[in-house]
Amino acid sequence: MKVLVCISKTPDTTTKIAFTADHSAVNYDGVKFIINPYDEHALAKGMELKENHGAELTVIHVGPADGDQIIRKCFAIGADKGIRVNTDAIDGLQVDKEIVAATSGEQFDAIITGRESIDYNGGMVGEMIGELLGIPSVSYCQQLDIDGNTASMKRFIDGGEESLTAQLPVVVSAVKELGEPRIPNMRGIMQARTKPITVVEPATGAANTTIGKYDAPAQKSGCKYIDACNAEQLIEILHNEKKLF
Amino acid sequence: MSVLVYIENWEGAFKKSTKELITYARHLASKLGVELNAVSIGNVENSAIEALGVYGLGKVYSVNNGNVAQFKAGAYTQALSAVADASGASIVVLGNTYNGKAMGPRLAAKMDASIVTGAISLPDTDNGFVVKKTVFSNKGYGYVNLTNEKKVITLNINSYQIEEAAGNVSIEDFSASVDGSKVNITEVAKQTGKIPLTEAELVVSAGRGLKGPENWGMIEELADLIGAATACSKPVSDVGWRPHSEHVGQTGITVSPNLYIAVGISGAIQHLAGVSSSKTICVINKDPEAPFFQAADYGIVGDAFEVVPKLVAAVKNLS
Ligand SMILES: Cc1cc2nc3c(=O)[nH]c(=O)nc-3n(C[C@H](O)[C@H](O)[C@H](O)COP(=O)(O)OP(=O)(O)OC[C@H]3O[C@@H](n4cnc5c(N)ncnc54)[C@H](O)[C@@H]3O)c2cc1C
Ligand SMILES: Nc1ncnc2c1ncn2[C@@H]1O[C@H](COP(=O)(O)O)[C@@H](O)[C@H]1O
Repeated sequence: MKVLVCISKTPDTTTKIAFTADHSAVNYDGVKFIINPYDEHALAKGMELKENHGAELTVIHVGPADGDQIIRKCFAIGADKGIRVNTDAIDGLQVDKEIVAATSGEQFDAIITGRESIDYNGGMVGEMIGELLGIPSVSYCQQLDIDGNTASMKRFIDGGEESLTAQLPVVVSAVKELGEPRIPNMRGIMQARTKPITVVEPATGAANTTIGKYDAPAQKSGCKYIDACNAEQLIEILHNEKKLF
Repeated sequence: MSVLVYIENWEGAFKKSTKELITYARHLASKLGVELNAVSIGNVENSAIEALGVYGLGKVYSVNNGNVAQFKAGAYTQALSAVADASGASIVVLGNTYNGKAMGPRLAAKMDASIVTGAISLPDTDNGFVVKKTVFSNKGYGYVNLTNEKKVITLNINSYQIEEAAGNVSIEDFSASVDGSKVNITEVAKQTGKIPLTEAELVVSAGRGLKGPENWGMIEELADLIGAATACSKPVSDVGWRPHSEHVGQTGITVSPNLYIAVGISGAIQHLAGVSSSKTICVINKDPEAPFFQAADYGIVGDAFEVVPKLVAAVKNLS
């Protein structure tokens, strides 16, 4: 069995996002980058398939050379192979095409992405891979079990969840329930240094969207405090003044 | 060139978010001066579709045969794309629901379209086709320029005001050949009697300050009384006090309801990321220094176990 996990690199969740003075770009000065949190869950599922089914686990990242460090972290956790497509990741469709092109010689049984990248919150790469490869895609996937040629999955739907099965290959996008993130161990860290990263040049390079402007969210105009002794007043405001219920 | 709106149904019925979406699509089409068509996929009575006429719908393609009886992302995308071709659509809009999130990107890949997911505004067409969305999990807004000729937009729930308009629905049965044979749906489990968090207009949420799962009774009571959904912070769902489906924040569900009441939640940056676009935020916390107060419209510094029962009593007194 061969499993591919797609890894995106995002600012640490504690980052306060700031923009350049003209609001045309994000100011990444001093920002610490991490593996996109959802991709840690995806990787954890990949590790489980490796341990329980002897799967070969490949990770792929689309991004410039500083992304090698996150691929090495995946090695330390236990990934076997790493591919980096050497180009800036600009939008979901571009990343999708690069991932499909860079892995076109290989047939993966399961491809796992995160539900979304926490930077641009696109939530699209997994489904797009499904479309380009013509295979089933299951987004917001919380469970994936593989038996022979069949994947059994569970996904979130509006107001509930759905169980489904599909013939391999499949692509799923991970929510946190899919797998508990792994911590690298000493052996993994030692091995990570020597595992080679395959660097692939981009196939198309074309972007389909651009972002030329950013805004910070409007600041709240200040909190209006209500004395705990008169807590009922809050309900009066929400009901009579704001007419919220 | 025309706009196509996908009117999603839930077991044959349409929701408020569909009406928001139709209004958005109608405003988009009139802004661009082009025609608007709609597509419905799955088993829906014509009368249910006709009832949407009051939001200004005209022509609706209805794909309603055995192959699309159940949602399958690949098959539904095929049907949607066939209708997009037949109707000459260059822009397709969908709701940012679970199924919309699955279809929109597949459709964009199929049509080689620029896509923006989670849009919260009509495009600014003065200089390109620029749509506003939240980025960095509510920590900012990005203005995305869709540069390809074809475009796909998924609209966030509860981000566009419904408006009625004269419309005269005409339904055309459309048969699309789709292939869903690789996927089997084995079970659908729905929470009953509860308002799904993703579409709730009012939310009552609680955190570790409540000390234990046995104390959620008052939270549920308050939520029930005002017709709100319940939510929680990440550690609360991690330890199993509440189901994972209630976890909001940067790594959980992102919500933007009209009202978010937070009880015993400190307001960590990852929590705020998922809820800060709520229109009115009320915070109840015994610590006056809790960071959540900085993101709040209304705050009560006090013990949840004293304050919440007072709120419950006050709601009961309203009628
Ligand atoms: C990668 C990453 C992702 C994360 N993602 C999320 C996420 O998506 N969502 C999320 O919520 N968190 C997330 N977190 C966790 C986040 O950092 C906080 O730890 C978490 O939000 C804290 O939850 P809490 O406010 O319920 O608990 P605490 O921080 O323990 O706060 C409890 C609050 O209750 C108050 N309190 C105590 N007793 C009472 C009382 N009797 N009456 C009133 N108030 C009382 C206290 O003053 C305190 O402010 C993430 C963390 C990481 C590292
Ligand atoms: N630059 C990238 N390289 C590799 N995988 C990516 C990249 N960007 C996104 N992904 C994958 O696609 C998922 C969804 O990302 P997005 O569609 O950008 O929100 C992420 O969780 C990753 O698994």
